[in-house]
Amino acid sequence: MIQVHNLTKRYSLERTVLNIPFLEIPKGQSFGLVGNNGAGKTTFFSLLLDLIQPSSGQINSGLIQVDKSEAWKPFTAAFLDESFLIGYLTAEEYFYFIGDLRGQNKADVDAVLKKHEEFFNGEILNSKKYLRDLSKGNMKKVGIIATLIGNPEVIVLDEPFANLDPTTVNRLKIIIKELADDPNVTILVSSHDLVHTVEVCNRIVALHLGEVVKDIQTSPETLKELEAFFAV
Amino acid sequence: MFKHFITLEWKAFFRSASFASNLVLKIIMALAALYFIAIFSALGFFGFKILEEQGLEPLATVNKYLIYYLVGDLVIRYFFQKMPVTNIKPLLSLPITRKVIVHFSLGKTAISFFNVMHAFFFVPFTIALFTHGYGYHAVLWSLAMMAMIFANNFINVLINNKNIVFYPLLALVVIFASTQYYHVFDITNYTQPFFQAMYATNYMFLIPIVLVAVTYYFSFDYFKKNLSLDTGLAKKSEEAKTENFTWLNQFGTLGTFLKNDIKLIKRNKRSRTTVIMSFLFLFYGFLFFNNPHQPAVMGIFAGIFVSGGFLFTFGQFVPSWDSAYYQLMMSQNIQYRQYLSSKWWLVVIATIISTILASFYLYFGIHTYMLIVVGAIYNIGVNSHLVLFGGAFVKTPIDLAMANRAFGDKQAFNVKTMLLVLPKLLLPVLLFGLGSSIMNQNLGLVFVALAGVLGFAFRNMVFSKIEKIYKSEKYATIAAYKQKN
Repeated sequence: MIQVHNLTKRYSLERTVLNIPFLEIPKGQSFGLVGNNGAGKTTFFSLLLDLIQPSSGQINSGLIQVDKSEAWKPFTAAFLDESFLIGYLTAEEYFYFIGDLRGQNKADVDAVLKKHEEFFNGEILNSKKYLRDLSKGNMKKVGIIATLIGNPEVIVLDEPFANLDPTTVNRLKIIIKELADDPNVTILVSSHDLVHTVEVCNRIVALHLGEVVKDIQTSPETLKELEAFFAV
Repeated sequence: MFKHFITLEWKAFFRSASFASNLVLKIIMALAALYFIAIFSALGFFGFKILEEQGLEPLATVNKYLIYYLVGDLVIRYFFQKMPVTNIKPLLSLPITRKVIVHFSLGKTAISFFNVMHAFFFVPFTIALFTHGYGYHAVLWSLAMMAMIFANNFINVLINNKNIVFYPLLALVVIFASTQYYHVFDITNYTQPFFQAMYATNYMFLIPIVLVAVTYYFSFDYFKKNLSLDTGLAKKSEEAKTENFTWLNQFGTLGTFLKNDIKLIKRNKRSRTTVIMSFLFLFYGFLFFNNPHQPAVMGIFAGIFVSGGFLFTFGQFVPSWDSAYYQLMMSQNIQYRQYLSSKWWLVVIATIISTILASFYLYFGIHTYMLIVVGAIYNIGVNSHLVLFGGAFVKTPIDLAMANRAFGDKQAFNVKTMLLVLPKLLLPVLLFGLGSSIMNQNLGLVFVALAGVLGFAFRNMVFSKIEKIYKSEKYATIAAYKQKN
């Protein structure tokens, strides 16, 4: 589904923030990206979404080179941070807006919302609040659910577990696992939290200073291996 | 301590995204500032002479209209002057006393261009008074005037964001001005002796100085009291209501964007102010139509402004209105063409509404209204494209939510983007002038309207061009929008 060739991102000659010679993420995989701050996780996702320009190399998503054509947009959904939310809309309006852009009618969107009603914990729908007035955790919930609208084939979530309460983290894990089981959905998740990532992803890639240092299929030993790697 | 603040300010200024990318605009702004300084100084130096030649007592005349000068200053400040925000939040938890933070924030407003500018009028005028034998009392008067200006400065701090205070005040002044104009009641009969007393007596000049102290004290007090995260620095949240505007669904994707734009305008103070400004543009024509002091060619200038208020104030910030969530827009299933054309329609609809609202100009005759209609045609055909074109290069993020905070940065109206408007007005004036000099004003109107129709015919080509710019500027724009103020 996603191929990376000779991808680099550098802001100056000395400072290369990302350097991935080759990486392939097959369709249907649940792909976990772990690493410390500055490892290049968000940079990689931003490149994948063509929000920043690669210094060299390319990313193909569904055989489309992302910085050449926009044809990857219809099957891709992402939530990187709050700048993916429209602050002056209510949660419902935001979901319908995203639905409209993805060619979904109101009933389709309502079905998605109904399914994840529990995830919202009664604090978001009909809350009489604009998104800008929601707490960070609730904003995140809105952003995550919005990526599920319109059955995207590629879902990109940056740090989805951060800022969420323990119950919601568990609910989110269930949602991601369900998506991971769907052979049509390729899901990419980044996190600082090794435990969560190992639990929901069937492949883990660790980045360190912009380079891939680990690339493992999840097994019972994975967590130990990763913890050993990040140990101080 | 203040040294630290000053370095902070210095860095904030020179490290902002807009500074680096808009050096040319900075230069234009500096030129505009120099222009104002020159105008004010000239008024100060030659005002005395001019008033004298008109057979008026200069000082008394200035004092007579001073009340309007001061209120006008307050109005301008209300819309333009930025409020003191020294990134207060991160300072709160540092070992700095609240007093110091507030003193600095208020002190910063005192050295604003809005205060200094007036000295360029009052100082030369005082020198003129001095040389004409008005004595040392002229200095007292001058001191009092500058004190008034500073009092205005702090009054503005106090009433900032309080529309409930500001608009009634504005209404009151408009009423006084019109009653004076129609000789019903002349407020200046009461205010003039007061201002005159600043000169005539040895002690009256103390009143404005005390006023500065009092307003400073109150602003200080207000600031200090509200300097906590859940009061003055808190975001005020209003109760939200979901609106679906289903009637717009029939327009497909265009409708989706229009819905969003309507909500954007309705729910953010920043954009609401823009709409109010564009409404005020409707009355711009009164300065030009049937005014023998204005050359006839300026009629079309007014026509363009009357119908194009929204186009200029809103249009030139496309796509900055969406800056807060630009990353979303860029990764969603959105074609630039659709996005652009929805903004274009918004601007066009607003232009048509303005033109209909402006039908009261029919009072001046059909020719005057034709100026507006032709102006609208030109706006729709040419200027709508030009503003979108210009907007593609404007990379100033707009913080829609900012204006909701008590100490929010009031960016409601940006002087430097106003300057971009000028080229959009010169061409129609030239065309109109050309037509008028060849035959008559009607030919001028035909020329301008033709230009508008011609521009409309090239719409697709222009859109493709803008689309290309959007694409090539995409990464730079995203990067600039990420940097919030």
